[in-house]
Amino acid sequence: MGMTLAEKIIARGAGLPEVSPDEIHWADVDLAMIQDSGGPRRIWPMLDELGVGIWDPDRVVLVADHYVPAQDVNAARILQTTRSFASKFGVDNFYEAEGISHTLLVEKGHLRPGMLYVGGDSHTCTGGVMGCLALGMGSTDLLGVLATGRTWLRVPHTVRVDVAGVLEKGVTAKDLMLTMIGERGMAGAIYRVLEFTGSGVAAMSIDERSVLTNMCAEIGAKTGVIAADEVTINHLRDLGVEVDEGPSSDGDAQFLDTWRYDASNTVPVIARPHRHDDVVPAADLVNTPIGRAYIGACTGAKYEDLAMAAEVLAGRRVAPGVLLQVAPASAGALARAMADGTAQILVESGAQLLSTGCGACPGIGSGVLGPGEVCISTTSRNAQGRMGSPESKVYLGSAYAVAAAAVAGEIVDPLTVMGVPA
Amino acid sequence: MNVHEGRVWTFGDDVDTDLIVPGRFLILEPSEIAQHVMAGIRPGFAELVEEGDIVVAGENFGSGSSREVAPRALREVGIVAVVAKSFSRIFFRNSVNLGLAPVVCPDAGVIEEGQSIRIDFDLGEVLIIETGKRLAAGVLPSEVAAIMEAGGMVEFLRTRLSESQL
Repeated sequence: MGMTLAEKIIARGAGLPEVSPDEIHWADVDLAMIQDSGGPRRIWPMLDELGVGIWDPDRVVLVADHYVPAQDVNAARILQTTRSFASKFGVDNFYEAEGISHTLLVEKGHLRPGMLYVGGDSHTCTGGVMGCLALGMGSTDLLGVLATGRTWLRVPHTVRVDVAGVLEKGVTAKDLMLTMIGERGMAGAIYRVLEFTGSGVAAMSIDERSVLTNMCAEIGAKTGVIAADEVTINHLRDLGVEVDEGPSSDGDAQFLDTWRYDASNTVPVIARPHRHDDVVPAADLVNTPIGRAYIGACTGAKYEDLAMAAEVLAGRRVAPGVLLQVAPASAGALARAMADGTAQILVESGAQLLSTGCGACPGIGSGVLGPGEVCISTTSRNAQGRMGSPESKVYLGSAYAVAAAAVAGEIVDPLTVMGVPA
Repeated sequence: MNVHEGRVWTFGDDVDTDLIVPGRFLILEPSEIAQHVMAGIRPGFAELVEEGDIVVAGENFGSGSSREVAPRALREVGIVAVVAKSFSRIFFRNSVNLGLAPVVCPDAGVIEEGQSIRIDFDLGEVLIIETGKRLAAGVLPSEVAAIMEAGGMVEFLRTRLSESQL
């Protein structure tokens, strides 16, 4: 019987000819990522307690993205520990303040089709955009991986998400995922892998595809995956990495279900506070005033998100009383935005440019919200207090929607601001 | 620990780790974080809990961020087990690794706050002491139970590394 992409990767890692859903196997990990918040500061003492080092430092990527730049002495200490860890354990793949791990690992070509990749962060699933099985874990799970190179996995059922059609102008992968999550709930894919297929996915760039896999965390999925195709291979080739397409699901693979979406029917949507599955069309929320607009995070501040915002903001000004903040997801995204004038448009519109990193999304970095503040954000989560004060409110939308709201001073349908006919 | 009896604290569906340990506390050390456990959903929870208590919840418990300090803070204030209709998988794994028992119980919704329950981990059963009602619960697969029984991942690794079994 055929296997799904996820099953093939686990079977290879476990050294077995085939695996089936719900079996538990120990598997060899190809690449492990740890970040500054849950990484060295938590894992190093446990490695010392066990008296072991890292199984293969060349298979580890360490990213300081949560506490950069240091906002106080405690954060500075966390970053010092992170640097010392890299040097002590010989982790040469170390990035500080160069971007958010999930964006960086795609941008730098660390992730390759067919890899079994684990990371110490719930948005590790983003990496599935490169055709690998990308699994988020906690600190102590990563301890096990760093010490032994192995981890246990329950073979997941796969749901195929077939996206027909192509997104209309002004409508994004973010709108598609929020729509899906709104329909199916935060636990809509719990324990499942979502494999995205279809013409709507094929037509998307790596940046946009990565929103599909990124937001699998928000629908409770184990991860998301997109089999590598020409777009994936070309992305790696541009980075000087030559690979073949890697595994894909067999024609007779067993999918638990197939969810069908038509990208061309998707409209701009917004998730309301304090649940990211409370999703309505942006047009239904007009006249909702906002004081803060935030373009940031692995979900919503890649180069193309910055370009979307610039498309709306060109020749316009951020409304009086609104603070628009932009924290690019990576230095690479910022460099591209500077090279082609995107960054200039953002700044001229009145946007405040913040440093690259996780920023205010997890309520840690620059731009956190105070009591009573109402924000519209390109991030992926809006649980009460996520971005700061428990008395703040966060609406979630695309970069188009956030930029349009920043100009209007209230939530609007971005298509009306952009002059796209309904 | 094959059977545990304790007092119940109930929570709803989709209890996000951002609610269990809000991001602003992550900069602290774990022992300090524990004093703020459930700050996003029930401030002051740490003072209410006694060693051996049990959290009972709905679907998708521990969703969102992978922050391991969420289950760690629950364990540090005295919570021994979480009984939920379903778990977010990262929280489930983190709990096992830290020795906080995650118990899947589809009928957990009938358990009320303040009741006492007895969990039989081997049998896969939750008994509500006050009503005598018995609920079916999941049993950890042997591969996962081995980590739990070792007392968590660190002790599991210590044994396995010394025996070169990994």
